Amino acid sequence: MAETELTGAEIVVRCLQAEGVKHVFGYPGGAVLNIYDEIYKQEHFEHILVRHEQAAVHAADAYARSTGQVGVALVTSGPGATNAVTGIATAYMDSIPMVVITGQVPTAAIGMDAFQEVDTIGITRPCVKHNFLVKDVRELADTIKKAFYIAATGRPGPVVVDIPKDVTQHACVFQYPDQISMRSYNPTSKGHGGQIKRAVQMLMEAKRPVIYTGGGVVLGDAAEQVTALGRLLGFPVTSTLMGLGGYPAPDPLFLGMLGMHGTIEANMAMQHCDVLLAVGARFDDRVIGNPKHFGSEARRIIHIDVDPSSISKRVKVDVPIVGDVSKVMEEFIRLIQGGGDKPDQAALKAWWAQIELWRSQDCLKYDRASAVIKPQYVVEKLYEVTGGNAFVTSDVGQHQMWAAQYYKFDKPRRWINSGGLGTMGFGLPAAMGVQMAHPDAMVACVTGEGSIQMNIQELATCTQSKLPIKIILLNNGYLGMVRQWQEFFYEERYAESYMTSLPDFVKLAESYGHVGMRIEKPADVEGALKEAFALKDRLVFLDFLTDPRENVYPMIPAGKGLSEMILV
Amino acid sequence: MRHILSLLMENEAGALSRIAGLFSARGYNIESLTVAPTEDATLSRMTIVTRGSNEVVEQITKQLNKLVDIVKVQDLTDGSHIERELMLVKVRASGEYREEMKRMADIFRGRIIDVTEKTYTIELTGTGSKLDAFLEALDSAAILETVRTGASGIGRGERIMKI
Repeated sequence: MAETELTGAEIVVRCLQAEGVKHVFGYPGGAVLNIYDEIYKQEHFEHILVRHEQAAVHAADAYARSTGQVGVALVTSGPGATNAVTGIATAYMDSIPMVVITGQVPTAAIGMDAFQEVDTIGITRPCVKHNFLVKDVRELADTIKKAFYIAATGRPGPVVVDIPKDVTQHACVFQYPDQISMRSYNPTSKGHGGQIKRAVQMLMEAKRPVIYTGGGVVLGDAAEQVTALGRLLGFPVTSTLMGLGGYPAPDPLFLGMLGMHGTIEANMAMQHCDVLLAVGARFDDRVIGNPKHFGSEARRIIHIDVDPSSISKRVKVDVPIVGDVSKVMEEFIRLIQGGGDKPDQAALKAWWAQIELWRSQDCLKYDRASAVIKPQYVVEKLYEVTGGNAFVTSDVGQHQMWAAQYYKFDKPRRWINSGGLGTMGFGLPAAMGVQMAHPDAMVACVTGEGSIQMNIQELATCTQSKLPIKIILLNNGYLGMVRQWQEFFYEERYAESYMTSLPDFVKLAESYGHVGMRIEKPADVEGALKEAFALKDRLVFLDFLTDPRENVYPMIPAGKGLSEMILV
Repeated sequence: MRHILSLLMENEAGALSRIAGLFSARGYNIESLTVAPTEDATLSRMTIVTRGSNEVVEQITKQLNKLVDIVKVQDLTDGSHIERELMLVKVRASGEYREEMKRMADIFRGRIIDVTEKTYTIELTGTGSKLDAFLEALDSAAILETVRTGASGIGRGERIMKI
């Protein structure tokens, strides 16, 4: 008896089922109608209908960030695919595992300038880990298997699978491969033993050590190991924007975030250390500022990263270790515990004394007696009211930096933001993805009035999918970060950074069926937050009218060095 | 410094554009690029000639290795190697040029592969600098058209790149 054949559309659905996918974020259109028809007939996963394809991809991305599983988005050809590009690039810059399925015009129409045709493979090529055009239904199942495998292994990243409409109609026997091996793709996972020994030796000799952690610690599920290593050695730890939560922020060894808006103690320790252990971080321009200035102090650098091309890219390192951060960290701990050597305690004590001196400058202080709401205060109260247990997504700008500085993340995968690409409009759809993955969790979207308007249409998705997100709008009436740069570097010429004609966000939220609140006085901040989080099954849009002239401090101007901070 | 990178890659649609895209997106230099399938039709072999400091070339190698379609990357200039390039030159071959062009082709061990009353087409193989030298030796007014393949390279002796 001949085996049953399935159509390409059925195969797509069966593949997603085989991958254990529970949620797909998407938007239908001509080229994917066959796939949508099969989604309609199945019950293995839920489809979340967004209002713009960019949001589908951000939601799938944040789903992946908050769970560690591969996020999945589905969009149609042409404009569906181009709308998805910002989301794909966002995920690419932050190394997020994601599979994006795009519809394509039928194979015979490709290259004919057909209706809703675009060269999706060509357009997405520079912002994906890999992409595939499936021209034959018999290659569909293997390709989807490869897509999930590539997205999730090594340095993770988004993979696009472009499927022409006729391929979704054609049929073949379906068999989903159990595993896949590719001769051209074999990511390294185990670090080099000899290099790890050298690194441990270097740590033992350190007089002024620093552990510098990045997004790789979160993505590589190495928070536990990094925390154990930091405490075992008693070394100061700092984190990039992307690494927050990888080491518990309330811990006394933690110096706070480093970089352009990092703390004095973190930036000064980074600049003046003699041994630097970089873990899943890539020395980017927002972190070390000017590489020449950074290189003006002598230090030895150990760099652990799963991606060899991240090592010695901007800063030359002494001990490169390519491998899974968690496995390498375990090996470090094993060697240190087994070796009996201890770091130089007297030197470490003197180093900590210096760090405490920097810390005593209290660089995150702000006017707590202010009559207008200070944005920092809102984030601090958010931290208190949620007990530090919320998932916090953000958009891009001043509010993002305040959220990073004042919400003391103590667990990984709780801080969800677009670090690399800096995509305004990320926050709300990201919160949707997180809330879908964690239906009972508190999810806060800290945003600005500029960013929120970039994907404001998603308030409707939240209504349809009943997502009780709390939107924390720090409304200062300005594109705040742009305004801050104009104040500092453009002699206060505020070109196009002031927005008039803002909507009434309370009424806007209400028109979508949500709860809206406007908070104008510092005394009302805590009460409003408590009230909002008590409404467990409702989306609450909190419009905090904050100080329009507040700036993010400290700040390292672009191109300057770590010790050249502008302070309050 | 000049480097010759040798690549083995999956013979898939779009693989070439991924490599070309990588070089343009990251601002790397391509002096020449040649590619063709190997004896195993699922694999293509590419030779890229590029220029850059050692750090830049190290980054290029790492970035190439990161591309999913690429199976192997080797910097031929790390060891001893051979490189060859093929050039076809169409030259004037009337009047006084007829003898002169034949003699020049012989001196450079080129072969005349097409003849008309007024032209010769000369095939010449060698390193890039030999081909340059040949062109310089010709009277520039005699050169009608040139076409070069770019370098192909291979390691010397036992040094092999295979999977």
